[in-house]
Amino acid sequence: MTQPLIKATNLVRTYAVRRGLFGKITPVRAVDGVSLSVMPGETLGIVGESGSGKSTLGRMLLGIDPAQGGSVSFEGSAMPRLGTAEWRALRARMQLVYQDPLAALDKRLPISVQIGEPLEIHRLLPKNERRARVEELMAAVGLRRDQAERFPHELSGGQRQRAVIARALASRPDLLVCDEPVAALDVSIQAQVVNMLRDLQESQRIAMVFISHDLKVVRNVADRVAVMYLGHIVEEASSDVIFASPRHPYTKALASSVPVPGKKLEGRLILQGEPPNPADRPSGCPFHPRCPIAADICRTARPALQTVAPQRNVACHMVTPHTVAIAA
Amino acid sequence: MTALDIAPIGERGFLARRVNRLRRAVPFSVGFGIFWLAAMVFVAAFADWLRPYGITAMDLSSRLVGPGDPQHLLGTDELGRDVLSRLIQSIRISLVIAFGATILSGMVGTALGFAAAKFRGVVEHLVLALADFQAALPFLIMALAVLAFFGSSMWLLICLMGFYGWERYARIARGLAISASAQGYSSAVVQLGAKPSRVYLKHILPNIASTLIVSMTLTFPEIILMESSLSFLGLGVQPPESSLGNMVGFGREYLTTAPWIMLAPAVVIMLTTLSISLVGDWLRDKLDPTIR
Repeated sequence: MTQPLIKATNLVRTYAVRRGLFGKITPVRAVDGVSLSVMPGETLGIVGESGSGKSTLGRMLLGIDPAQGGSVSFEGSAMPRLGTAEWRALRARMQLVYQDPLAALDKRLPISVQIGEPLEIHRLLPKNERRARVEELMAAVGLRRDQAERFPHELSGGQRQRAVIARALASRPDLLVCDEPVAALDVSIQAQVVNMLRDLQESQRIAMVFISHDLKVVRNVADRVAVMYLGHIVEEASSDVIFASPRHPYTKALASSVPVPGKKLEGRLILQGEPPNPADRPSGCPFHPRCPIAADICRTARPALQTVAPQRNVACHMVTPHTVAIAA
Repeated sequence: MTALDIAPIGERGFLARRVNRLRRAVPFSVGFGIFWLAAMVFVAAFADWLRPYGITAMDLSSRLVGPGDPQHLLGTDELGRDVLSRLIQSIRISLVIAFGATILSGMVGTALGFAAAKFRGVVEHLVLALADFQAALPFLIMALAVLAFFGSSMWLLICLMGFYGWERYARIARGLAISASAQGYSSAVVQLGAKPSRVYLKHILPNIASTLIVSMTLTFPEIILMESSLSFLGLGVQPPESSLGNMVGFGREYLTTAPWIMLAPAVVIMLTTLSISLVGDWLRDKLDPTIR
C-alpha cells in the first residue's frame, strides 16, 4: 500500500469564546480528535452541517490553523509551522479553493495577474513561459482569453470561482482543499464548476479534500466520504456505500434527505431538535439528544470511531461489527 | 496560437486600458488642478531661468511699487526687491520642502504602521506609543527645539517636516492593514505561499492607498503652513532665501500699505493646496478599478 499524501492524527482545535464583555471565556472544541488520511489522487468528501468543524479541519490540513493537539503529516513529514519558509514552499504543493471567490481575489489586480501569482511567488517558470501557462490554465477552467484583463468585480460568480481554481492549480499542486467551493454559486453554475473540478482532478491526479454541506455535490465528486458532527467524524466510508447504506443514525438522516431523480422523497428521517451548541457539548455521544436510537450508554460514554466493515468506520454504540454483520 | 496572439493580453493591453481610463473626461476642476500643479512643478524646476531679477537685487528707488508696473509685474517689497522673482524662488523652496516632507512622512508612517500590523505584540505597542507621543507633543515646540539646537538648513528642515504627521499615516496604515489581512484576499495570497513583503507591498498597499493619498492631501498644505510658521518665527528658511511662508510672514507688516507682497504667495499657497486636494480626490477614485 502506498503512503498517504496527507495524514492527520487526532487533530484538536479549540477556540476561546467569550460571551458578552465580561463573560466567562469558554473553550469551543471546533475539531475534536479527528484522524484521516488522503491517498494521492483520491477525493475525500467531508460533509456536515454548519459549525461541525469541516472548514477548520480543512484549514488544519493545510497548516493554516495550527493544530493544538495531534499532528498533520504531508508525505510522511510533519507540517512545518505556519509562516516559515518551509511552510511557504509547501504551498506550491497544496492549495485551497475558497467559498467566496470575490473575497479571495484582490479587487485591484486583473485576474490573469492573480492566476499567475503562484508561478511568480514560487519562481516556477521562466518569465516568458508564465503567460502561456496562465493562458493554458484559463482555458482549462473555461475562462475566455479576452477575460484575462478583467478585474474580479467584472466577472460573474462562476467565472470568479474558475479564476480562483485556476490560481490554485497554477503550481500543479498534489493536494487541493476545496472549502465549500460552490456554496456561493447558483445551482445551475454549481454543476458546471463541480464537473470541471472533477475533470481537472482526474486528469491531473490531484488529491482533493472536498468540504461541503451539500450531499448531492459530495456524492458526485468524492471517492470516500467522512461525515462530521460537532467536531467528530461519525462515519467514514466510500461514497457509494455511505449513501446507499448509511450506518450511523446521523448519516441515515442526512442520506434520507437527498432527493433521487424520479423518486418521491420517501422515508425521510427528520432530526428533532437543533444542532447543539459546540460550546455546550452534550455528554457522551454528541449526537444523543437528537438520536432516535439513543440508549443509556450514549448519554455517558463517547463512542470511538471503529472499523465495522472493511473500509468503513462508524462512531456509534449501536453500530458494531456484529450489528453490521446481522444487517448485511 | 502563436506568440503574436498572446502578446496583446499582456502589458500592451494593460497599458492601453490604463491610458484610456485616464483619457476619459476629466472634470474641469481636476483639469485645473493638474494644470496648476504642473505649472508649479515647471516653475520650481526652471526657477533660475524664469526669474526676471535676482532675489536679493534691491532697487531702492522703486520701493513698494504696486503690481502692474512694467518693470515689476507683481510689484516690489519694502527693499525694492521684485516680488515675482522672490515668488518664483519661494515656490521652488516650498515645493521641495512640502513634497519631500510629505513623501517622507508618508513613507515612514506607512512603514511603521505596516510593521505594527505585521508583528503585533511589542512592536505594535512601541509604534502606537511613539505615535501617541508624537500626537501629544506640540510639533512646533519640538521643531523649534531641534532648529534652535542644530541651526537651520534645508535638509534638516525637510527631515524635520517629514516627522510631521507620520503618526497619522502609521495609525491609518496599521488599522487598514490589520483589517485587510483579516480579509480573504490577503489570507489567500498568504496561502499561495507569498512572503509578507509581497502581501503588504503588492496587495495590501494598493488596496489601502486611496486612504493614504487622501491623508497626504491633508498633510501637504499643513506642511506648507508649518514651514510658514517656522519661517515666520525666524527658524525656518533663512533670509535672504525665501519661501512662501517666509514671504507671507514678512509681508504681513505691509498688509495695509502694500498688500501684494503678502497676497501673491498667499494665493499660490491656496491654489496649490486646493489643486492637491482636487487631484488627490480624483486620483483616489481613478485608482480604484471598482469605481468607474
